[in-house]
Amino acid sequence: MDKNISFTLKIWRQRGPKEQGAFETYHMEDIPGDTSFLEMLDILNEQLVEKGEEPVVFDHDCREGICGMCSLYINGHPHGPATGATTCQIYMRRFSDGDTITVEPWRSAGFPVIRDLMVDRSAYDKIMQAGGYVSVNTGAPQDANAILISKDIADEAMDAASCIGCGACVAACKNGSAMLFVSAKVSQLALLPQGKAEAARRAKAMLSKMDELGFGNCTNTRACEAECPKNVSISNIARLNREFIKAKLAD
Amino acid sequence: MWLINSSVGRKLVMSISGLFLVLFVTFHMAMNLVAVISEDGYDAVCEFLGANWYALAGTAVLALGFVVHIVYAFILTAQNRRARGNQDYAVSERPKGVEWASQNMLVLGLIVILFFLLHLVHFWGKMQLPEILGEYPEGGIDLIQQVFSSPLNLVLYLIWFVAIWFHLTHGFWSALQTLGWSNKVWFCRWKLIGNVWATVVLAGFAFSAVVFYVKYGLLG
Repeated sequence: MDKNISFTLKIWRQRGPKEQGAFETYHMEDIPGDTSFLEMLDILNEQLVEKGEEPVVFDHDCREGICGMCSLYINGHPHGPATGATTCQIYMRRFSDGDTITVEPWRSAGFPVIRDLMVDRSAYDKIMQAGGYVSVNTGAPQDANAILISKDIADEAMDAASCIGCGACVAACKNGSAMLFVSAKVSQLALLPQGKAEAARRAKAMLSKMDELGFGNCTNTRACEAECPKNVSISNIARLNREFIKAKLAD
Repeated sequence: MWLINSSVGRKLVMSISGLFLVLFVTFHMAMNLVAVISEDGYDAVCEFLGANWYALAGTAVLALGFVVHIVYAFILTAQNRRARGNQDYAVSERPKGVEWASQNMLVLGLIVILFFLLHLVHFWGKMQLPEILGEYPEGGIDLIQQVFSSPLNLVLYLIWFVAIWFHLTHGFWSALQTLGWSNKVWFCRWKLIGNVWATVVLAGFAFSAVVFYVKYGLLG
C-alpha cells in the first residue's frame, strides 16, 4: 500500500488563446500514492466543480500511454519526472508529502494554448498531411515473407513508428523544433521498401511544412530524445537530414 | 535557395563552415607548436605566409568562413527564439544526456569572438595588416614574447581555450549529425573522436601558451 500524500499544485490557468494566463495554487489533501496523475487532476476538478469554480482543462484520452493526447509539463519535464512514460502513466507515488508540483502546458509558438493546459497540436496533423503516408493503394497484405526485410531494419522502423505524436519533443526543445517527430515519421516509411519509393519527396514535403508552420531549427541538444515518452532516437534526425540533403542535391 | 530557406539547409551551412573552422584551428595549433620547438622555424613560417597572394586568399576564405558561421548563428538563434514563443517555462530542468555546451553554443561563440578580436589586435594587426598597408610587420616571435610575457594575457588566453573546447565538443558531432552522417553507432564514435580532437588541439594551444609564458615571462 502506498502512503497518502498532501501537496501543493501550481497550475497554469488561461481562459483562451489570446487571454493573459497565470499560475493558480491549489492544495491537495490525502491523495493515495496509487492515484495516477490524471486521476489526481480529476479529483481536483471535482472539488472545483463542487465549489462552483471552472475545472482545469487538460488533454487526455486512452490513459494507457498509446494515444499521445496527454501533454503536461510537470516540474520542468514534458510528461513529468519518469523517463519513457507519458503523463497518464505517472503515479502520485513519484512525489513526496509537502511537494510543490508545477504543471504547465507545452510552450512553443507552434503549439498555441487553447485553454489552461490544453494546446493546439494540429500543426502535427498538417505535417502528416504534407506527406507522411504511402500515396498508392497497396491492396491486400502480402505473405509475410514475400518482401524480405532484415531484423535490424524492421526494428529501426518499428522504433521510429512508436512515435505517438504527443509533441513532447517540441515542448522539450529550446528551439521549438519538431525534428524528432518529423524524422520518426519520415524514417518509419523510408526504412521499408514500400515507403522508399517516395522517400525523397516525403522528406522535402514534410520538412518544408515543418519550417512553414514556424517550428525552429534543430541544434542537436538531444533534449527531445531524453524527454520522448517512446524513447525515439535522434539517429532518426540524422536520417532525415541525410534524406533531405540527398534529395536537394539530386534536384 | 534551400541553404537559406530550409532549416536543414541553414544547419548544413553551419555544419560545413564549422568543420572548416575546426580544420583551421587544428592547423593553427600545429604552427604554435612550431614556435615552441624552434623560434627560427616560426619566423620562417610567418615570413613565408606574410601578405603573399596565397596568404591573402587563404585569409579571405577563412574570414568568409567566420562571417558565414557567425551570421548564420545569429539568424538561427533569432528564428529559434521566435519558434519557442514568448512564454518561458516557470520550472525547467536540463534532462539527463543533454550537454551544457549544446544549449549554450551562442554564448560560447560570443566569448570565443570577443577573445578572437583581442587575438587579432595582438597578432594579425601587427603582422599581416601593416604588410597589406605597405608598412613593416613585426616579427612573429617578438610578438609572442610581448604578449605571453604577461600573466594576464596567459590567463585570458587560457579562458579562451576553455570556451573553444566546450564549443568544439558539441560542435563536432553535431556537425556530422547535421550532415546526416550519423546513426546509433556513429553517434558514439563521432562524439569520442570530437572529444579527443578538441582536447588534443586545445591542449596543444594551452601547452604552447604556458611554454611561452615560462620562457619569455618567468625566465625572460
